[in-house]
Amino acid sequence: MGMTIGEKIIARAAGQTSVRPGDIHTVTLDRMMSNDGTTHLTVDMYNNKLKNPRVADPDKVVFIMDHNVPAENPKTAEAHKKMRNFAREHGIRLYEGQGVCHQIMMEDYVCPGELIFGADSHTTTYGALGAFGTGVGCTDFLYAMVTGRSWVLVPETIRFNLHGRLREGVYPRDLILTIIGDIGANGANYKIMEFAGDGEHAMSIHDRTVLCNLTVEAGAKAGICEPDEKVTEYCREHGREGGTFFVSDPDASFAAVYDYDLSKIEPVCVRPDFVDNYATRAEIEAEHVVINEAFIGSCNNGRIDELRQAAAVLKGRKVHPLVRLLVAPASRAVYLQALREGILADLIEAGAMMMNPNCSVCWGSCQGVIGENEVLVTTGTRNFKGRSGAASSRVYMANAETCAASAVAGYICGPDSLD
Amino acid sequence: MKKTFTGRVFVLGDDIDTDIIIPTEYLALPSVEDMKQYGFYPLRPELPGLIREGDILVAGKNFGCGSSREQAPEIIKALKVSCVIAGSYARIFFRNAINNGLLLIENDQIQEYVKEGDSITVTVGEKIEAGGRVFPIPALPDDLMEILEAGGLVKAMQKRNGIAREE
Repeated sequence: MGMTIGEKIIARAAGQTSVRPGDIHTVTLDRMMSNDGTTHLTVDMYNNKLKNPRVADPDKVVFIMDHNVPAENPKTAEAHKKMRNFAREHGIRLYEGQGVCHQIMMEDYVCPGELIFGADSHTTTYGALGAFGTGVGCTDFLYAMVTGRSWVLVPETIRFNLHGRLREGVYPRDLILTIIGDIGANGANYKIMEFAGDGEHAMSIHDRTVLCNLTVEAGAKAGICEPDEKVTEYCREHGREGGTFFVSDPDASFAAVYDYDLSKIEPVCVRPDFVDNYATRAEIEAEHVVINEAFIGSCNNGRIDELRQAAAVLKGRKVHPLVRLLVAPASRAVYLQALREGILADLIEAGAMMMNPNCSVCWGSCQGVIGENEVLVTTGTRNFKGRSGAASSRVYMANAETCAASAVAGYICGPDSLD
Repeated sequence: MKKTFTGRVFVLGDDIDTDIIIPTEYLALPSVEDMKQYGFYPLRPELPGLIREGDILVAGKNFGCGSSREQAPEIIKALKVSCVIAGSYARIFFRNAINNGLLLIENDQIQEYVKEGDSITVTVGEKIEAGGRVFPIPALPDDLMEILEAGGLVKAMQKRNGIAREE
Protein backbone atom coordinates (compact mmCIF):
# COMPACT_ATOMS: atom_id res chain seq x y z
CA MET A 1 0.00 0.00 0.00
CA GLY A 2 1.42 3.37 -1.02
CA MET A 3 1.80 6.49 1.08
CA THR A 4 0.84 10.14 0.67
CA ILE A 5 3.36 13.02 0.83
CA GLY A 6 2.57 13.71 4.48
CA GLU A 7 2.79 10.04 5.46
CA LYS A 8 6.21 9.80 3.78
CA ILE A 9 7.50 12.85 5.64
CA ILE A 10 6.31 11.48 8.99
CA ALA A 11 7.80 8.04 8.17
CA ARG A 12 11.18 9.64 7.45
CA ALA A 13 11.07 11.73 10.64
CA ALA A 14 10.06 8.66 12.67
CA GLY A 15 12.72 6.40 11.13
CA GLN A 16 10.04 4.04 9.80
CA THR A 17 9.73 2.49 6.35
CA SER A 18 5.99 3.07 6.36
CA VAL A 19 3.26 4.65 8.50
CA ARG A 20 -0.55 4.46 8.42
CA PRO A 21 -3.20 7.02 9.38
CA GLY A 22 -4.13 6.57 13.04
CA ASP A 23 -0.62 5.42 14.10
CA ILE A 24 1.09 7.45 16.81
CA HIS A 25 4.83 7.92 16.20
CA THR A 26 7.69 9.64 17.95
CA VAL A 27 9.40 11.93 15.44
CA THR A 28 12.62 13.92 15.32
CA LEU A 29 11.85 17.47 14.22
CA ASP A 30 13.84 19.20 11.49
CA ARG A 31 12.98 22.72 12.64
CA MET A 32 11.07 24.57 15.33
CA MET A 33 9.79 28.14 15.12
CA SER A 34 8.28 30.26 17.89
CA ASN A 35 7.11 33.88 17.78
CA ASP A 36 6.46 36.58 20.37
CA GLY A 37 2.82 35.54 20.74
CA THR A 38 3.86 32.81 23.19
CA THR A 39 7.68 32.48 23.44
CA HIS A 40 7.75 34.25 26.81
CA LEU A 41 5.42 31.55 28.17
CA THR A 42 7.73 28.82 26.84
CA VAL A 43 10.73 30.56 28.44
CA ASP A 44 8.88 30.81 31.79
CA MET A 45 8.09 27.09 31.74
CA TYR A 46 11.68 26.28 30.72
CA ASN A 47 13.09 28.32 33.61
CA ASN A 48 10.57 27.45 36.31
CA LYS A 49 9.23 23.98 35.65
CA LEU A 50 12.12 21.90 34.31
CA LYS A 51 15.08 20.38 36.10
CA ASN A 52 18.45 21.02 34.40
CA PRO A 53 16.86 21.64 30.98
CA ARG A 54 18.79 22.16 27.77
CA VAL A 55 17.89 23.08 24.21
CA ALA A 56 18.42 19.88 22.23
CA ASP A 57 19.75 21.59 19.08
CA PRO A 58 19.75 25.41 18.94
CA ASP A 59 20.50 25.32 15.19
CA LYS A 60 17.03 23.86 14.58
CA VAL A 61 15.24 26.57 16.56
CA VAL A 62 14.25 30.01 15.27
CA PHE A 63 12.61 32.82 17.29
CA ILE A 64 10.75 35.53 15.36
CA MET A 65 9.10 38.66 16.76
CA ASP A 66 6.13 39.63 14.63
CA HIS A 67 2.93 39.71 16.68
CA ASN A 68 3.58 42.83 18.77
CA VAL A 69 6.44 44.54 16.93
CA PRO A 70 7.54 47.11 17.92
CA ALA A 71 6.32 46.66 21.51
CA GLU A 72 3.14 48.66 22.20
CA ASN A 73 3.23 48.58 26.01
CA PRO A 74 5.65 47.83 28.86
CA LYS A 75 4.32 44.28 29.34
CA THR A 76 5.05 43.37 25.74
CA ALA A 77 8.45 45.01 26.03
CA GLU A 78 9.22 42.75 29.00
CA ALA A 79 8.05 39.67 27.12
CA HIS A 80 10.35 40.68 24.24
CA LYS A 81 13.31 41.12 26.60
CA LYS A 82 12.72 37.62 27.93
CA MET A 83 12.72 36.25 24.38
CA ARG A 84 15.87 38.17 23.33
CA ASN A 85 17.78 37.14 26.43
CA PHE A 86 16.86 33.48 26.08
CA ALA A 87 17.86 33.49 22.40
CA ARG A 88 21.22 35.08 23.20
CA GLU A 89 21.88 32.74 26.11
CA HIS A 90 21.11 29.60 24.09
CA GLY A 91 22.50 30.54 20.69
CA ILE A 92 19.07 30.64 18.98
CA ARG A 93 18.62 32.80 15.86
CA LEU A 94 16.35 35.76 16.60
CA TYR A 95 14.54 37.97 14.11
CA GLU A 96 13.09 41.29 15.14
CA GLY A 97 11.33 43.73 12.84
CA GLN A 98 12.12 41.66 9.77
CA GLY A 99 8.66 40.34 9.06
CA VAL A 100 5.91 37.88 9.74
CA CYS A 101 7.30 34.58 11.03
CA HIS A 102 6.04 32.35 8.22
CA GLN A 103 7.35 34.62 5.48
CA ILE A 104 10.80 34.65 7.13
CA MET A 105 10.74 30.85 7.47
CA MET A 106 9.88 30.58 3.76
CA GLU A 107 12.62 33.02 2.73
CA ASP A 108 15.39 31.68 4.98
CA TYR A 109 14.79 28.12 6.19
CA VAL A 110 12.14 25.71 4.93
CA CYS A 111 13.37 22.84 2.73
CA PRO A 112 11.23 20.22 0.99
CA GLY A 113 10.50 17.05 2.97
CA GLU A 114 11.11 18.63 6.38
CA LEU A 115 8.89 18.16 9.43
CA ILE A 116 8.52 21.49 11.20
CA PHE A 117 6.70 22.53 14.38
CA GLY A 118 5.73 26.17 14.76
CA ALA A 119 4.10 27.71 17.81
CA ASP A 120 1.59 29.35 15.49
CA SER A 121 -1.42 27.91 13.71
CA HIS A 122 -0.43 29.12 10.23
CA THR A 123 2.72 26.95 10.23
CA THR A 124 0.85 24.96 7.55
CA THR A 125 2.34 27.55 5.15
CA TYR A 126 5.54 25.52 4.67
CA GLY A 127 3.77 22.94 2.54
CA ALA A 128 4.27 25.36 -0.35
CA LEU A 129 7.84 24.00 -0.49
CA GLY A 130 6.78 20.37 -0.03
CA ALA A 131 7.41 20.40 3.74
CA PHE A 132 5.12 19.31 6.58
CA GLY A 133 4.55 22.29 8.84
CA THR A 134 2.11 22.15 11.71
CA GLY A 135 1.08 24.46 14.53
CA VAL A 136 1.44 23.58 18.20
CA GLY A 137 0.97 25.33 21.54
CA CYS A 138 3.80 26.47 23.77
CA THR A 139 3.90 23.31 25.92
CA ASP A 140 4.31 21.08 22.86
CA PHE A 141 6.91 23.55 21.59
CA LEU A 142 8.79 23.39 24.89
CA TYR A 143 8.84 19.59 24.79
CA ALA A 144 10.12 19.67 21.19
CA MET A 145 12.78 22.29 21.91
CA VAL A 146 14.08 20.41 24.95
CA THR A 147 14.00 16.88 23.53
CA GLY A 148 14.27 17.56 19.78
CA ARG A 149 11.32 15.23 19.38
CA SER A 150 7.57 14.99 19.74
CA TRP A 151 4.71 12.62 19.05
CA VAL A 152 2.37 12.83 16.06
CA LEU A 153 -0.80 11.02 15.19
CA VAL A 154 -0.56 10.22 11.48
CA PRO A 155 -3.45 12.07 9.83
CA GLU A 156 -5.48 11.01 6.82
CA THR A 157 -4.89 12.97 3.63
CA ILE A 158 -7.47 14.74 1.47
CA ARG A 159 -6.32 15.24 -2.11
CA PHE A 160 -7.19 18.30 -4.18
CA ASN A 161 -6.49 17.95 -7.89
CA LEU A 162 -6.30 21.41 -9.42
CA HIS A 163 -6.98 21.70 -13.14
CA GLY A 164 -6.41 24.58 -15.55
CA ARG A 165 -5.69 28.20 -14.62
CA LEU A 166 -7.33 30.94 -12.58
CA ARG A 167 -8.85 33.69 -14.75
CA GLU A 168 -7.40 37.20 -14.74
CA GLY A 169 -8.48 39.04 -11.62
CA VAL A 170 -8.91 35.80 -9.66
CA TYR A 171 -6.21 34.81 -7.18
CA PRO A 172 -5.08 31.81 -5.10
CA ARG A 173 -6.75 33.45 -2.09
CA ASP A 174 -10.09 33.19 -3.91
CA LEU A 175 -9.40 29.51 -4.61
CA ILE A 176 -8.55 28.53 -1.03
CA LEU A 177 -11.47 30.54 0.40
CA THR A 178 -13.75 28.74 -2.09
CA ILE A 179 -12.38 25.36 -1.00
CA ILE A 180 -12.86 26.24 2.70
CA GLY A 181 -16.40 27.39 1.91
CA ASP A 182 -17.04 24.04 0.23
CA ILE A 183 -15.61 21.71 2.87
CA GLY A 184 -16.31 23.89 5.93
CA ALA A 185 -14.23 25.29 8.79
CA ASN A 186 -13.62 21.81 10.15
CA GLY A 187 -13.82 20.01 6.79
CA ALA A 188 -10.19 18.92 7.04
CA ASN A 189 -9.94 18.69 10.82
CA TYR A 190 -6.86 16.67 11.78
CA LYS A 191 -6.21 15.88 8.12
CA ILE A 192 -3.63 16.86 5.54
CA MET A 193 -4.80 18.90 2.55
CA GLU A 194 -2.62 17.85 -0.38
CA PHE A 195 -2.63 19.87 -3.62
CA ALA A 196 -1.53 18.48 -6.98
CA GLY A 197 -2.47 18.50 -10.66
CA ASP A 198 -1.49 20.68 -13.62
CA GLY A 199 -3.12 23.70 -11.98
CA GLU A 200 -0.94 23.31 -8.89
CA HIS A 201 2.25 22.87 -10.87
CA ALA A 202 1.47 25.99 -12.92
CA MET A 203 1.34 28.03 -9.70
CA SER A 204 4.32 29.96 -8.37
CA ILE A 205 5.68 29.22 -4.89
CA HIS A 206 4.01 32.43 -3.80
CA ASP A 207 0.63 31.15 -5.01
CA ARG A 208 1.15 27.81 -3.27
CA THR A 209 2.06 29.67 -0.06
CA VAL A 210 -1.34 31.38 -0.11
CA LEU A 211 -3.07 27.99 -0.44
CA CYS A 212 -1.14 26.11 2.25
CA ASN A 213 -1.24 29.00 4.72
CA LEU A 214 -5.04 29.01 4.99
CA THR A 215 -5.53 25.22 5.16
CA VAL A 216 -5.58 25.49 8.96
CA GLU A 217 -8.82 27.47 8.58
CA ALA A 218 -10.39 24.21 7.42
CA GLY A 219 -8.86 22.54 10.48
CA ALA A 220 -5.98 20.91 8.59
CA LYS A 221 -2.90 19.64 10.39
CA ALA A 222 -0.84 20.45 7.30
CA GLY A 223 -1.31 21.72 3.75
CA ILE A 224 1.18 20.34 1.25
CA CYS A 225 1.72 21.06 -2.45
CA GLU A 226 3.35 18.39 -4.58
CA PRO A 227 6.91 19.71 -5.02
CA ASP A 228 8.58 20.28 -8.40
CA GLU A 229 11.48 22.22 -9.92
CA LYS A 230 9.92 25.53 -8.82
CA VAL A 231 10.72 24.51 -5.23
CA THR A 232 14.37 23.96 -6.16
CA GLU A 233 14.48 27.32 -7.94
CA TYR A 234 12.90 29.15 -5.00
CA CYS A 235 15.32 27.62 -2.50
CA ARG A 236 18.29 28.37 -4.76
CA GLU A 237 17.18 32.00 -5.21
CA HIS A 238 17.07 32.24 -1.43
CA GLY A 239 20.57 30.81 -1.03
CA ARG A 240 19.96 27.20 -0.02
CA GLU A 241 19.78 23.69 -1.42
CA GLY A 242 18.83 20.30 -0.11
CA GLY A 243 15.79 18.56 1.23
CA THR A 244 13.84 15.70 -0.28
CA PHE A 245 10.96 15.71 -2.74
CA PHE A 246 8.12 13.43 -1.66
CA VAL A 247 5.12 12.74 -3.90
CA SER A 248 2.15 10.50 -3.20
CA ASP A 249 2.30 6.96 -4.55
CA PRO A 250 -0.24 6.03 -7.26
CA ASP A 251 -1.81 3.55 -4.83
CA ALA A 252 -1.78 5.91 -1.84
CA SER A 253 -5.05 6.05 0.08
CA PHE A 254 -6.95 9.33 0.46
CA ALA A 255 -9.83 10.12 2.81
CA ALA A 256 -11.40 12.05 -0.08
CA VAL A 257 -10.41 13.36 -3.50
CA TYR A 258 -11.70 16.64 -4.91
CA ASP A 259 -11.25 18.06 -8.38
CA TYR A 260 -11.28 21.80 -8.97
CA ASP A 261 -11.50 23.50 -12.36
CA LEU A 262 -9.60 26.71 -11.62
CA SER A 263 -11.24 28.60 -14.49
CA LYS A 264 -14.57 28.39 -12.62
CA ILE A 265 -13.34 30.16 -9.47
CA GLU A 266 -14.81 33.64 -8.82
CA PRO A 267 -13.45 36.52 -6.73
CA VAL A 268 -14.57 35.78 -3.17
CA CYS A 269 -15.62 37.96 -0.24
CA VAL A 270 -16.18 35.95 2.94
CA ARG A 271 -18.83 37.34 5.29
CA PRO A 272 -18.07 38.07 8.96
CA ASP A 273 -17.37 35.79 11.86
CA PHE A 274 -16.57 32.49 10.10
CA VAL A 275 -13.94 31.75 7.44
CA ASP A 276 -16.32 29.32 5.70
CA ASN A 277 -19.02 31.98 5.36
CA TYR A 278 -18.44 32.06 1.61
CA ALA A 279 -19.92 34.66 -0.70
CA THR A 280 -18.84 35.90 -4.12
CA ARG A 281 -17.59 39.45 -4.34
CA ALA A 282 -20.45 40.18 -6.73
CA GLU A 283 -22.99 39.20 -4.03
CA ILE A 284 -21.36 41.42 -1.42
CA GLU A 285 -20.97 44.29 -3.87
CA ALA A 286 -24.72 44.17 -4.53
CA GLU A 287 -25.28 44.68 -0.79
CA HIS A 288 -23.23 47.91 -0.83
CA VAL A 289 -21.29 47.16 2.39
CA VAL A 290 -19.78 50.45 3.60
CA ILE A 291 -16.32 50.03 5.19
CA ASN A 292 -14.25 51.98 7.72
CA GLU A 293 -10.91 50.29 7.09
CA ALA A 294 -9.10 48.14 4.54
CA PHE A 295 -6.01 46.06 5.30
CA ILE A 296 -3.47 44.53 2.93
CA GLY A 297 -0.86 42.33 4.58
CA SER A 298 -0.48 39.15 6.73
CA CYS A 299 1.26 35.80 6.29
CA ASN A 300 -1.48 34.90 3.83
CA ASN A 301 -1.45 37.88 1.54
CA GLY A 302 1.29 40.44 2.24
CA ARG A 303 3.85 39.51 -0.41
CA ILE A 304 5.06 41.43 -3.43
CA ASP A 305 2.34 40.00 -5.69
CA GLU A 306 -0.42 41.46 -3.52
CA LEU A 307 1.36 44.81 -3.17
CA ARG A 308 1.64 44.95 -6.97
CA GLN A 309 -2.06 44.15 -7.33
CA ALA A 310 -2.96 46.87 -4.82
CA ALA A 311 -0.68 49.43 -6.47
CA ALA A 312 -2.16 48.72 -9.90
CA VAL A 313 -5.60 49.61 -8.53
CA LEU A 314 -4.47 52.58 -6.42
CA LYS A 315 -2.07 54.30 -8.83
CA GLY A 316 -3.53 57.69 -9.70
CA ARG A 317 -6.49 57.24 -7.33
CA LYS A 318 -7.18 58.37 -3.77
CA VAL A 319 -8.35 56.41 -0.73
CA HIS A 320 -11.92 57.41 0.22
CA PRO A 321 -11.92 60.16 2.88
CA LEU A 322 -13.95 58.01 5.29
CA VAL A 323 -11.66 54.97 4.96
CA ARG A 324 -8.27 54.09 6.48
CA LEU A 325 -6.10 51.90 4.25
CA LEU A 326 -3.31 50.05 6.06
CA VAL A 327 -0.59 48.14 4.22
CA ALA A 328 1.90 45.89 6.05
CA PRO A 329 4.44 44.13 3.79
CA ALA A 330 5.02 40.56 5.02
CA SER A 331 8.78 40.98 5.34
CA ARG A 332 11.64 43.43 5.02
CA ALA A 333 12.57 41.75 1.73
CA VAL A 334 9.06 42.37 0.40
CA TYR A 335 9.14 45.95 1.66
CA LEU A 336 12.47 46.63 -0.08
CA GLN A 337 11.26 45.04 -3.30
CA ALA A 338 8.17 47.27 -3.23
CA LEU A 339 10.42 50.28 -2.69
CA ARG A 340 12.62 49.37 -5.67
CA GLU A 341 9.61 48.84 -7.93
CA GLY A 342 8.09 52.21 -7.05
CA ILE A 343 5.06 50.50 -5.53
CA LEU A 344 5.43 52.30 -2.22
CA ALA A 345 5.10 55.68 -3.92
CA ASP A 346 1.88 54.59 -5.62
CA LEU A 347 0.43 53.32 -2.34
CA ILE A 348 1.50 56.32 -0.26
CA GLU A 349 0.35 58.89 -2.84
CA ALA A 350 -3.05 57.20 -2.85
CA GLY A 351 -3.23 57.71 0.91
CA ALA A 352 -2.22 54.31 2.31
CA MET A 353 -0.60 54.14 5.74
CA MET A 354 2.52 51.96 5.47
CA MET A 355 3.02 49.75 8.53
CA ASN A 356 6.23 47.95 9.47
CA PRO A 357 6.28 44.25 8.57
CA ASN A 358 4.28 42.51 11.31
CA CYS A 359 1.01 40.66 11.95
CA SER A 360 -0.79 43.96 12.43
CA VAL A 361 -4.59 44.18 12.22
CA CYS A 362 -4.84 40.53 11.19
CA TRP A 363 -4.50 39.45 14.80
CA GLY A 364 -6.01 42.55 16.37
CA SER A 365 -2.92 43.92 18.00
CA CYS A 366 -0.21 46.45 17.22
CA GLN A 367 -1.92 49.35 15.50
CA GLY A 368 -5.00 49.70 13.38
CA VAL A 369 -7.62 47.81 15.39
CA ILE A 370 -11.22 48.73 14.61
CA GLY A 371 -13.87 50.14 16.96
CA GLU A 372 -17.45 49.21 17.90
CA ASN A 373 -19.60 48.37 14.86
CA GLU A 374 -16.83 49.26 12.38
CA VAL A 375 -16.31 47.25 9.20
CA LEU A 376 -12.95 45.99 7.90
CA VAL A 377 -12.20 44.38 4.55
CA THR A 378 -8.97 42.45 4.84
CA THR A 379 -6.44 40.15 3.20
CA GLY A 380 -5.79 38.71 6.68
CA THR A 381 -6.22 35.14 7.81
CA ARG A 382 -9.39 35.27 9.93
CA ASN A 383 -12.69 37.07 10.39
CA PHE A 384 -13.69 35.74 13.82
CA LYS A 385 -15.92 37.88 16.02
CA GLY A 386 -13.72 40.58 17.55
CA ARG A 387 -10.60 39.25 15.80
CA SER A 388 -9.45 42.67 14.62
CA GLY A 389 -10.86 44.88 17.37
CA ALA A 390 -14.19 45.45 19.13
CA ALA A 391 -16.55 42.48 19.60
CA SER A 392 -19.27 44.23 17.59
CA SER A 393 -16.99 44.99 14.61
CA ARG A 394 -17.24 42.99 11.41
CA VAL A 395 -14.50 41.60 9.16
CA TYR A 396 -14.88 40.63 5.50
CA MET A 397 -12.10 38.61 3.82
CA ALA A 398 -11.17 39.31 0.20
CA ASN A 399 -8.21 39.47 -2.20
CA ALA A 400 -5.80 42.42 -2.34
CA GLU A 401 -7.37 43.90 -5.47
CA THR A 402 -10.78 43.96 -3.76
CA CYS A 403 -9.35 45.53 -0.59
CA ALA A 404 -7.60 48.25 -2.62
CA ALA A 405 -10.68 48.99 -4.76
CA SER A 406 -12.93 49.05 -1.68
CA ALA A 407 -10.60 51.53 0.03
CA VAL A 408 -11.13 53.89 -2.90
CA ALA A 409 -14.88 53.35 -3.29
CA GLY A 410 -15.70 53.35 0.45
CA TYR A 411 -17.71 50.14 0.08
CA ILE A 412 -16.75 46.57 -0.85
CA CYS A 413 -16.32 46.24 -4.61
CA GLY A 414 -14.00 45.00 -7.33
CA PRO A 415 -11.67 47.19 -9.39
CA ASP A 416 -14.03 47.19 -12.37
CA SER A 417 -16.54 49.19 -10.34
CA LEU A 418 -14.19 52.15 -9.92
CA ASP A 419 -14.50 55.15 -12.27
CA MET B 1 -8.86 12.78 38.22
CA LYS B 2 -12.25 11.58 39.40
CA LYS B 3 -13.67 8.80 37.25
CA THR B 4 -17.30 9.82 37.77
CA PHE B 5 -18.53 13.35 38.41
CA THR B 6 -21.71 15.40 38.11
CA GLY B 7 -21.81 19.01 36.95
CA ARG B 8 -24.06 21.85 35.86
CA VAL B 9 -24.08 22.58 32.13
CA PHE B 10 -23.34 25.76 30.18
CA VAL B 11 -24.27 25.50 26.51
CA LEU B 12 -22.25 27.05 23.68
CA GLY B 13 -22.67 26.75 19.88
CA ASP B 14 -20.55 25.55 16.95
CA ASP B 15 -17.12 26.92 15.95
CA ILE B 16 -16.22 28.49 19.31
CA ASP B 17 -12.86 29.96 18.24
CA THR B 18 -9.83 30.82 20.36
CA ASP B 19 -10.41 34.56 19.84
CA ILE B 20 -13.77 34.09 21.58
CA ILE B 21 -12.27 31.99 24.36
CA ILE B 22 -9.70 34.74 24.99
CA PRO B 23 -9.54 37.83 22.74
CA THR B 24 -6.10 39.08 21.62
CA GLU B 25 -6.31 42.30 23.62
CA TYR B 26 -6.27 40.43 26.95
CA LEU B 27 -3.31 38.18 26.11
CA ALA B 28 -0.91 40.86 27.36
CA LEU B 29 -2.26 40.52 30.91
CA PRO B 30 0.40 39.07 33.23
CA SER B 31 -1.25 35.73 34.04
CA VAL B 32 -4.05 33.36 33.15
CA GLU B 33 -5.65 34.24 36.50
CA ASP B 34 -5.86 37.87 35.32
CA MET B 35 -7.16 36.83 31.90
CA LYS B 36 -9.84 34.37 32.95
CA GLN B 37 -12.43 37.05 33.77
CA TYR B 38 -12.41 37.89 30.01
CA GLY B 39 -13.02 34.30 28.89
CA PHE B 40 -15.68 34.12 26.13
CA TYR B 41 -15.92 37.93 26.25
CA PRO B 42 -17.05 38.61 22.62
CA LEU B 43 -19.82 36.01 22.91
CA ARG B 44 -20.88 35.82 26.57
CA PRO B 45 -19.00 38.25 28.81
CA GLU B 46 -21.01 37.17 31.87
CA LEU B 47 -19.87 33.54 31.67
CA PRO B 48 -16.70 33.62 33.86
CA GLY B 49 -18.76 35.17 36.67
CA LEU B 50 -21.37 32.40 36.47
CA ILE B 51 -19.15 29.33 36.15
CA ARG B 52 -18.50 27.48 39.41
CA GLU B 53 -16.03 24.72 40.11
CA GLY B 54 -17.13 21.43 38.56
CA ASP B 55 -19.41 22.95 35.92
CA ILE B 56 -19.36 21.47 32.41
CA LEU B 57 -19.20 23.26 29.04
CA VAL B 58 -21.22 21.65 26.24
CA ALA B 59 -20.56 22.92 22.71
CA GLY B 60 -21.11 21.96 19.09
CA LYS B 61 -18.60 21.13 16.39
CA ASN B 62 -15.06 22.50 15.87
CA PHE B 63 -14.55 23.80 19.42
CA GLY B 64 -11.28 25.71 19.80
CA CYS B 65 -10.70 26.48 16.13
CA GLY B 66 -8.29 29.27 15.26
CA SER B 67 -4.97 30.21 16.73
CA SER B 68 -2.49 28.09 18.69
CA ARG B 69 -2.74 30.31 21.79
CA GLU B 70 -2.42 27.98 24.72
CA GLN B 71 -4.08 30.49 27.00
CA ALA B 72 -7.41 29.24 25.59
CA PRO B 73 -7.45 25.84 27.32
CA GLU B 74 -5.56 27.32 30.28
CA ILE B 75 -8.38 29.78 30.90
CA ILE B 76 -11.04 27.08 30.72
CA LYS B 77 -8.98 25.05 33.17
CA ALA B 78 -8.53 28.09 35.42
CA LEU B 79 -12.33 28.56 35.49
CA LYS B 80 -12.31 25.11 37.12
CA VAL B 81 -14.78 23.42 34.77
CA SER B 82 -14.51 19.66 35.13
CA CYS B 83 -14.55 19.01 31.39
CA VAL B 84 -15.65 20.22 27.97
CA ILE B 85 -18.01 18.12 25.87
CA ALA B 86 -18.13 19.07 22.19
CA GLY B 87 -19.18 17.56 18.89
CA SER B 88 -15.59 17.89 17.68
CA TYR B 89 -12.41 19.81 18.48
CA ALA B 90 -9.87 21.70 16.38
CA ARG B 91 -6.60 19.77 16.56
CA ILE B 92 -4.22 22.37 18.04
CA PHE B 93 -6.71 23.14 20.81
CA PHE B 94 -7.11 19.41 21.46
CA ARG B 95 -3.35 18.94 21.94
CA ASN B 96 -3.06 22.08 24.05
CA ALA B 97 -5.92 21.02 26.31
CA ILE B 98 -4.44 17.57 26.94
CA ASN B 99 -1.03 19.17 27.53
CA ASN B 100 -2.61 21.36 30.22
CA GLY B 101 -4.58 18.56 31.84
CA LEU B 102 -8.00 19.74 30.65
CA LEU B 103 -10.36 16.82 29.98
CA LEU B 104 -12.10 16.93 26.59
CA ILE B 105 -14.93 14.59 25.64
CA GLU B 106 -16.14 14.19 22.09
CA ASN B 107 -19.85 13.55 21.60
CA ASP B 108 -22.18 14.97 18.96
CA GLN B 109 -25.49 13.60 20.30
CA ILE B 110 -25.86 15.16 23.72
CA GLN B 111 -26.27 18.75 22.42
CA GLU B 112 -29.84 17.96 21.38
CA TYR B 113 -30.83 16.72 24.83
CA VAL B 114 -29.28 19.18 27.29
CA LYS B 115 -30.04 22.79 28.03
CA GLU B 116 -28.23 25.33 30.13
CA GLY B 117 -28.48 24.64 33.86
CA ASP B 118 -29.10 20.90 33.49
CA SER B 119 -27.12 18.57 35.68
CA ILE B 120 -25.30 15.72 33.93
CA THR B 121 -23.02 12.91 35.05
CA VAL B 122 -19.82 11.85 33.28
CA THR B 123 -17.97 8.58 33.72
CA VAL B 124 -14.60 9.11 32.06
CA GLY B 125 -13.99 6.83 29.10
CA GLU B 126 -17.45 5.25 29.44
CA LYS B 127 -20.59 7.35 29.34
CA ILE B 128 -22.49 10.58 29.88
CA GLU B 129 -25.84 10.43 31.68
CA ALA B 130 -28.12 13.33 30.82
CA GLY B 131 -31.90 13.80 30.96
CA GLY B 132 -32.56 10.12 31.60
CA ARG B 133 -30.47 9.07 28.59
CA VAL B 134 -27.07 7.41 28.44
CA PHE B 135 -24.50 8.43 25.81
CA PRO B 136 -21.49 6.13 25.42
CA ILE B 137 -18.12 7.92 25.02
CA PRO B 138 -14.82 6.49 23.80
CA ALA B 139 -11.76 6.08 26.02
CA LEU B 140 -8.75 8.28 25.18
CA PRO B 141 -5.55 6.50 24.06
CA ASP B 142 -3.35 5.47 27.01
CA ASP B 143 -0.56 7.94 26.11
CA LEU B 144 -2.97 10.85 26.32
CA MET B 145 -4.64 9.58 29.52
CA GLU B 146 -1.19 9.41 31.09
CA ILE B 147 -0.65 13.10 30.32
CA LEU B 148 -4.13 14.04 31.57
CA GLU B 149 -3.83 12.03 34.77
CA ALA B 150 -0.49 13.67 35.51
CA GLY B 151 -2.12 17.09 35.11
CA GLY B 152 -0.46 18.04 31.82
CA LEU B 153 2.55 17.37 29.61
CA VAL B 154 5.17 19.06 31.79
CA LYS B 155 4.07 17.05 34.81
CA ALA B 156 3.97 13.88 32.72
CA MET B 157 7.56 14.61 31.60
CA GLN B 158 8.47 14.88 35.26
CA LYS B 159 7.02 11.47 35.96
CA ARG B 160 8.24 9.78 32.81
CA ASN B 161 11.86 10.83 32.51
CA GLY B 162 12.63 13.02 35.45
CA ILE B 163 13.47 16.14 33.42
CA ALA B 164 10.82 18.26 35.07
CA ARG B 165 11.48 19.89 38.41
CA GLU B 166 9.90 18.36 41.52
CA GLU B 167 7.09 20.47 42.94
